[in-house]
Amino acid sequence: MSDHTPSTVPSQGDGHGAQVATMHEADPIADPGVHPHQWRPTDVDERAAKRAERQVASLFGLSAVFAILFCVAYFTLEIGDNHDTFLGMGASTVALGTSFGAALLLIGVGIIQWARKLMGDQEIVEMRHPAHSTDEDRDKVLADLKTGIEESGIVRRTLVRNSLLGAVGMLGLPAVVLLRDLGPTPGQVVGEYEGAGLEHTLWTEGMRVVRDVVGTPIKASDLEVGDLVNAEPAAIFETDEHGEHLIEGVELQIAKSKAALILLRMEPDDITPGRGRENWTVDGIVAYSKICTHVGCPISLNERTTHHLLCPCHQSTFDLADSGRVVFGPAARALPQLPLAVDEEGYLVAQSDFTEPVGPSYWERG
Amino acid sequence: MDTTKIASTNGTTAATTGRPSPLAGVGTWADERLGLATAMKKQIRKVFPDHWSFMLGEIALWSFVVLLLSGVFLTLWFTPSMAEIQYEGSYDQLRGIHMSEAYASTLNISFDVRGGLLMRQMHHWAAMLFIAAMLVHLMRVFLTGAFRKPRELNWVIGGVLILLGIVEGFAGYSLPDDLLSGTGLRIADGLVKATPVVGTYMSFFMFGGEFPGELIIPRLYIAHVLLIPGLILALIAAHMLLLVYHKHTQWPGPGRTEQNVVGYPLLPVYAAKAGGFFFIVFGVCATMGGLLAINPVWKYGPYDPSKVTAGSQPDWYMGIAEGLLRIMPGWETHIFGVTISWNVFLPGQIAPVALLMMVLAWPFLEAWVTGDKREHHLLQRPRNAPTRTAFLAAMITAYGLLWAAGGNDILALKFNLNLNYITYFMRVAIFVVPVLVFFLARRWCISLQRHDNEVLLHGYETGIIMRSPEGGYSERHLPISTERAYSLTARDRDVVVPDPQPTDGQGVRDKGYPVRKLRARLSQGMFANNVQKPTTSELEEAHHHAEHEHELEHASGMDRPADGHQFDGHADHTPDEAPLRGH
Ligand code: HEM
Ligand code: FES
Repeated sequence: MSDHTPSTVPSQGDGHGAQVATMHEADPIADPGVHPHQWRPTDVDERAAKRAERQVASLFGLSAVFAILFCVAYFTLEIGDNHDTFLGMGASTVALGTSFGAALLLIGVGIIQWARKLMGDQEIVEMRHPAHSTDEDRDKVLADLKTGIEESGIVRRTLVRNSLLGAVGMLGLPAVVLLRDLGPTPGQVVGEYEGAGLEHTLWTEGMRVVRDVVGTPIKASDLEVGDLVNAEPAAIFETDEHGEHLIEGVELQIAKSKAALILLRMEPDDITPGRGRENWTVDGIVAYSKICTHVGCPISLNERTTHHLLCPCHQSTFDLADSGRVVFGPAARALPQLPLAVDEEGYLVAQSDFTEPVGPSYWERG
Repeated sequence: MDTTKIASTNGTTAATTGRPSPLAGVGTWADERLGLATAMKKQIRKVFPDHWSFMLGEIALWSFVVLLLSGVFLTLWFTPSMAEIQYEGSYDQLRGIHMSEAYASTLNISFDVRGGLLMRQMHHWAAMLFIAAMLVHLMRVFLTGAFRKPRELNWVIGGVLILLGIVEGFAGYSLPDDLLSGTGLRIADGLVKATPVVGTYMSFFMFGGEFPGELIIPRLYIAHVLLIPGLILALIAAHMLLLVYHKHTQWPGPGRTEQNVVGYPLLPVYAAKAGGFFFIVFGVCATMGGLLAINPVWKYGPYDPSKVTAGSQPDWYMGIAEGLLRIMPGWETHIFGVTISWNVFLPGQIAPVALLMMVLAWPFLEAWVTGDKREHHLLQRPRNAPTRTAFLAAMITAYGLLWAAGGNDILALKFNLNLNYITYFMRVAIFVVPVLVFFLARRWCISLQRHDNEVLLHGYETGIIMRSPEGGYSERHLPISTERAYSLTARDRDVVVPDPQPTDGQGVRDKGYPVRKLRARLSQGMFANNVQKPTTSELEEAHHHAEHEHELEHASGMDRPADGHQFDGHADHTPDEAPLRGH
C-alpha cells in the first residue's frame, strides 16, 4: 500500500483567489461523459403514457374524494365529550387526520409520479461560475468605496467621526435601560408580599403545617412510621369572610414554588440529627423542603426502607434521616430542613421560616 | 427502436404558437413593470442534481411551512395569559378546576374546536420532524464535505437554524402551561439562576419577578409566534439564496465535474418533485397528527409548582442537555461569599453549546489544516475523509450516550438496572466510548477505501468459484464498468503537510514555528493514513494482468457478468444492451 499513501508536498495553500478544484492532472481514468439518455416505456409507448396519465389523474381524483370525506367527518363527528372513543383520541381527530393526510399524500404522490413518468427527463448540464466577482468589479467597488470615504472626510475629520461614534454608542444606554423594567431585582421584591424574595418563604413561627390539596392541619399522632405527607403552610388556604382565598393567582404560584414541604415520620432512633437541629423534629417526624436543590423540581419519590428521597427530574437522592444530605446525583446541597414544633392544640407548626434559601443555588447565596 | 418522432420536452427552442398566449400577455405586463425576465432567465431552467440525501434539507423546509400553517391556526384560539380562571369546557375531569387561561385555551383547542387537536398534534409532530430533519441534514452536509468553500457561510447559517429551532421548540412546548411544561420552565429557571454573577437578575427579568410570575407565557408567546419564526424565516431565505447562487453540489460521476452541474431543470421536473414532496411531508404530518397522540396536556393537569410527575421527560431534542444535567457530579464551589454551581452551569449552559460549536467549527479547522483555498462542488464519500467521518461518528455517539443518560430512569425501569450504576457508567462512557468509536470508524473508512482500490484494480467479486487444473479454488473477478471506475477515482489525492523547520535557512528561529508544527501534525494525523486512488500505471498493470487471465477463460464462457444465466443458454444480453429504463 505504500504507493497509495498521500503525497507530501511543501505546504500548499498560500494561494490566492478562488481556483476551482480540478482533478484532471491526476485522473487515472478519463471521464466517460454523461450517461446517454435512455427512453422510458412512457416515452415510446403511447399506451403506456396514457396509462400513466390515467394513473396520475386517479390519484388526484382520489385526493378530492378524501377532501370531501374530511368535510363530512368535520360536520358529523362529535368532539369534546367523546374525546377518547377511538384510539384514545376521539373519532373526530382520527377521521380528520387520516382524510386530510390522505388528500395531501395523494396529491404529492400524483405529482411525483407525473414527474417521473411523463415529464421530460433528459438531464441537462449547466456550467458553474466561481463565487467571486470579476477582478474589475472588485477593483471598481474598492475604488468607489475609497472615493466615497474620502469625499465624506470621515478619515480626516476625526472630531466629527469620533463624536458621532460616541453619540451612537451612547444610544446603547437607552436601549439597555429601557429593559430595566422587565422585572424587579431580587432585592426589590422583599417585603412586597408574604414570603417574598429568594431567602424567604411563607413559613413563619407558629404557622400550621397542613395537608396539600385539602388544607387540613396535621397532628403528630395522625402519621404512622413510614408515612410521607405532602404539606403546605396553612396561609395558602386562608380565606376572608366571603370565602375568597387571600393568596391566589401569581402569589399563590410563587408561594407554592418555595414553601412546598415533605413530612416523613420515622423511628426517632433512625434519625441522625444535624448539629443544632436536635429539637427540630416531633416524635420522629421530619420536615424538608420539597424543592430540589439542584434546579428546583418538586421532589416526590420516597424509598421507604432507606429514608431516601429521589428527585424525579435528574435523580438527585437525599437522606431524610441525615439532615437531607445528598447521597447521589447532581445536586450539591442538602435539602433545607424546616424546624417543627406542636402548638397548644397538638397540631404540627413551624418554629420559623427555613433557615436557608430553598431551591437551586445561585451566585449570591454564599 | 425508433425514438426520432418522440417530442422531447427538454428541447432548446421554445414552441411557437399562432397567436400570443395569455401567459405571454401576463408575462409582458409583469415584465414591463418589474423587469422580471432578466432576473429569471437563468433560474427557470436552473439545474438541480438528484440524490436521495438532498431531500433531507427539503424535509426541514417543508415541515417549517407546516409549522407556519398549523401554528397560525392555533393562534386563532390560544390565549397567552397566566391569569387564573375556572375551567368550564368540555373535558369533564378538569371542569371546575382553577388554571391559567393558557392551559384552558389549550384544552379548548383540543376539545371544543373541531380539528383543533389535530392541528395541535400536527404542529407538535411537524416540530419534531423539523428539528430531526435539520440534524440529519447537517450530518449529510458534514459527511460529504459539502461545507467546503464556498459554502462555509451556509454551514454556519444552518447551525444557527438548528439552535433557533431548538429554542423555538422549547418556547412552544412551554406555552400550554401544563404540569410538564411548567416543570420544564422551572428547570430553565434553575439553569438561569446558576449563571455566575447575574443569574438571579436574569431570572427575575425573565419571569418579571419571582418564578413563575405571570409574564413568562406572554413573553414566550411573542417570541414563539413572531420573533424566532421571523429570524428562522430570514435565515432560511438567506440559506436558499446562497444555495441558488452557489448551485447545488453534486456527486462525482460521468460528466459531472467541478465546473458543471448535471441534473434536471427547475421547471418542470425539480419543481414538480419538490412541490410533490411538500404535499407528502404535509400529508405525513397530518396523518401522524390524526393517529399518534403527542403531548396530551389534559392528562398532566395545570401547572402547580408543588407537583411533579415521575418519569417526566422533555421533548427529545432537549435530551442531551437533560443527559448532561443528570450525569454531572454535584460540584459546587463556595468562595468569597459566593456560590459557583458547576453542577448546573457547566452541563446546562456551557456543554451543549460547546458540543454544537465543535461540530460547527470543524470545517474551519479542516480548511486551516489543508490550506485548501479552492472551491469544491463535488461531494466526497464519507469513507474518503476518514478522520472527518470518524469525528462525526464520535459526536453522534456522544449525543446518543447523553440521550440515553437523559432517560436513565426509564432505562433503569425497563431493563431492571440500578440507576446509580447506569449513571456511574455514563460518567466514564461519555469520555471513553466516543474516542473508541472515533478510531473504529476511521479504521473502517480506511478499509472501505482499500476495498474500493481492490475493486478498481482487480474487478468486483462475481461469486463464481473456479477450480484450477491443479485443484485450487479461486473467485472469479470481473472488471467494473468504466463509469463506475471513473466515479470511484474522481477524487483528489490528499496532501499531507510536512514537518516545518524550526529555523530558516540562516539559522534564525521561525516565530510561527509552533503553529506551523501544530498544523503539520494535525495534517499528518488527519490524512497520512488515508488510502489514495491508484495511479494510471497501477491501473494499467492490473488490467494487463486481468486481460491475460481473461483470454485463458474465454473458452469457458466465464467472462460475462454473472446473472445466473451463464450456464442455461439464456445468457444473451449484457446490461449495456438493456433497452429501457425501468421505472
Ligand atoms: C420552528 C418553528 C416552530 C416550532 C419548532 C414550534 C413548536 C411548538 C411546540 C412543540 C408547541 C407545543 C405544542 C403542543 O401543545 O403540544 C407549540 C405550540 C404552539 N405554537 Fe409553535 N412551533 C413553531 C412555529 C410556530 C409558529 C410560526 C406559530 C404561529 C405563528 C406557532 C404557534 C404556536 C401556538 C399558538 C402554540 C400553542 C398552542 C397549544 O399549545 O395548543 N408556532 N409550538
Ligand atoms: S431538579 Fe432535582 S435532580 Fe435536578
